Amino acid sequence: MTAHAHAHDHAHDGELGFITTRLEWLIQWARRSAIWPAQFGLACCAIEMMSMATSRYDVARFGAEVFRGSPRQSDLMIVAGRLSRKMAPAMRRVYDQMPDPKWVISMGACASVGGVFDNYAIVQGVDQVVPVDVYVPGCPPRPESLIYGLVQLQQKIARSRA
Amino acid sequence: MDATSIINALASLMPDVSYESGQSVDFATIYVPAASLVETCRALRDTPSLRLNVLLEVTAADYLPREPRFEIVYHLLSIPNRLRLRVKVRVGSNEVDGVVPTVQSVWPAAGWPEREVWDMFGIVFAGHTDLRRLLMPEDWEGHPARKDYPVQIRKAAQTYEPLEVTQDEFKANIERDRQRRSH
Amino acid sequence: MAELRTETMTVNMGPQHPSTHGVLRLVLELDGETIKSCMPTIGYLHTGIEKTAEQKKWQQVVPLVERMDYLAAQSNSLAYVLGVEKLLGLEMPQRVKDIRVLIAELQRMASHLVWIGTHAMEIGAVSMLFYAIRERELLMNINELVAGFRFFPSYFRVGGLREDLPRGFHEAVNAFLDRFPGKIDEFEGLLTKNDMFLHRTQGVGVITLDEALAWGLVGPIARGSGADYDVRRYFPYSGYETYQFDVPTATEGDVFARYRVRVEEMRQSVRIARQALQRISPSGSWACDDPRVVPPPKDKVYTEMEALIQHFLIYSQGFTVPAGDAYVPVEGPRGEHGCYIVSDGTNRPWRVKMRPPSFMAIQALPKIIENGMIADVIAVIGSTDVVMGDCDR
Repeated sequence: MTAHAHAHDHAHDGELGFITTRLEWLIQWARRSAIWPAQFGLACCAIEMMSMATSRYDVARFGAEVFRGSPRQSDLMIVAGRLSRKMAPAMRRVYDQMPDPKWVISMGACASVGGVFDNYAIVQGVDQVVPVDVYVPGCPPRPESLIYGLVQLQQKIARSRA
Repeated sequence: MDATSIINALASLMPDVSYESGQSVDFATIYVPAASLVETCRALRDTPSLRLNVLLEVTAADYLPREPRFEIVYHLLSIPNRLRLRVKVRVGSNEVDGVVPTVQSVWPAAGWPEREVWDMFGIVFAGHTDLRRLLMPEDWEGHPARKDYPVQIRKAAQTYEPLEVTQDEFKANIERDRQRRSH
Repeated sequence: MAELRTETMTVNMGPQHPSTHGVLRLVLELDGETIKSCMPTIGYLHTGIEKTAEQKKWQQVVPLVERMDYLAAQSNSLAYVLGVEKLLGLEMPQRVKDIRVLIAELQRMASHLVWIGTHAMEIGAVSMLFYAIRERELLMNINELVAGFRFFPSYFRVGGLREDLPRGFHEAVNAFLDRFPGKIDEFEGLLTKNDMFLHRTQGVGVITLDEALAWGLVGPIARGSGADYDVRRYFPYSGYETYQFDVPTATEGDVFARYRVRVEEMRQSVRIARQALQRISPSGSWACDDPRVVPPPKDKVYTEMEALIQHFLIYSQGFTVPAGDAYVPVEGPRGEHGCYIVSDGTNRPWRVKMRPPSFMAIQALPKIIENGMIADVIAVIGSTDVVMGDCDR
């Protein structure tokens, strides 16, 4: 009886009906199962990102198998490495070139908070330049940590609205 | 070869320059006055007993309270004679920026290291072909490796790059392209 | 009839590019496909490590310095540690020297594996990356066995090593060294006689010996042009004079010559590593005896007062290094690098400067690629094996 009352209320609210909810779930499933990262390896974390893409840790089984060279054909930017002040405008331009929906994983301590380098040359956290969805700590994070971060991002996409 | 024998070898070629030998734990170190740096380097490169044909690096150190403030350090290597040498030049003070002649004509390898020393320390290399910022952004102010420059600064990250043409140039370019297409 | 107007085209190979080994920006001026001039811009990874190191104590600089050239991390820390030990006047026990040689050679193999993987991948043989990283994972396992960290173990310390070798080290390294020469043969079988690889690398990016030395390039680049300069032979450090190995050279000076030099270097590294492994006993001394620098063993710290005080002093205020400067060069995978260290007698360095081989290589890049094709730029950058972390520091 309570369920019937709820369904009755929702129909009056003008909320999403049953079919559009399933459609939204389908779209989000498609988006999260094939996230293609743009190559944005800056420093040491880029080598761990390469290790993640190769046969031992094999990120292809999570859908992120093609690392696109062009940002215009990718959905994810994994900022791997320390962002220097000279590089910040270039990074912003690459982010702006990515089409929506796009996500950003900040990989490593340097990208998240500036890491070991608290000085004049490094931007203390890339979230000063681009909005970040998942932060992966480590210096550099193990490839398994990065895959865990990717899985967290997939769950975040599953939870969010299309 | 230690510092005194190198200075003796140089003294015959450059009689009126005074060299000092420096203290070091690893290999020979000599101090050269800035005015005779280029001739000394040419002599170091060409003398058969020395043949220091590779310039490994050019760097500097800032000894702030001491006068002269900076020491420019050149690391040289001789492959035929299995010899290493460190050449130091003392320049600069707190008020006046140091000026040192460039050794690009002797070893082309000096181009970028000297640019880096200018960028990091503010020492001008007279005669350098291309003295601009290398590691820091082009419009950066200050020379970061000096001892009176702070390690941590609070500055917002710059997310745009300024246009490299002025407004008028931009309009003139568009006008010129339009006229070229219509002919 | 309208006249054909020709002008050169300026193309920007920007800081974000799949093949530039990091963030390097090349502004190329092209006439068709021929390169008329090239202006590299670096500094996109400048981290101010040298200035940050002036704020840390001597032992704390080791992890910072490792992150400069991140593919040859323990080569960097070896250069720094040897420089500080020269200033301190410390002499390492033979076992420590042998372990350092072994780990330096393993690091050289790891760096050359990444080089061959990415170089071949950029030329077109994409699957080489997977083969090379597969072998590198075994080396990462050894790093993890020794110090708990895959990438930047910080295993070398001033005064010796961080701790003794773990159980299982000899078996792991022996297993790797038995397997690796067969794998190098496999890589050579894929690339060395491969017609496409030869066409893309022979005669490309030629640099003569005099030019290489004039531009300050010493290392595999100079050895590919005919020099036989190797720091391990000319100015031996850490006991290298007691090992038997050859220094590979080639004379053509093109990309293929540098490829052959580095592959042969991998084989010689296996040879040195085997000799080193035979000399190392499974347990023994792992640091020198100097009590100012090396902390005492933990059981003494918990029972004796002097050991507790010594441990506390070392870890709180650090040790002091006599004033002076030192530069000890080391043969890294990219060439000679060394750390120029200036000390003013306190417990912090006054100046730490690494001599970066990749910096000199990128400076010479316009000279190498002039009048070449634009497709050769990728092959040349790969063959010079530049790492931007080393270049920009």
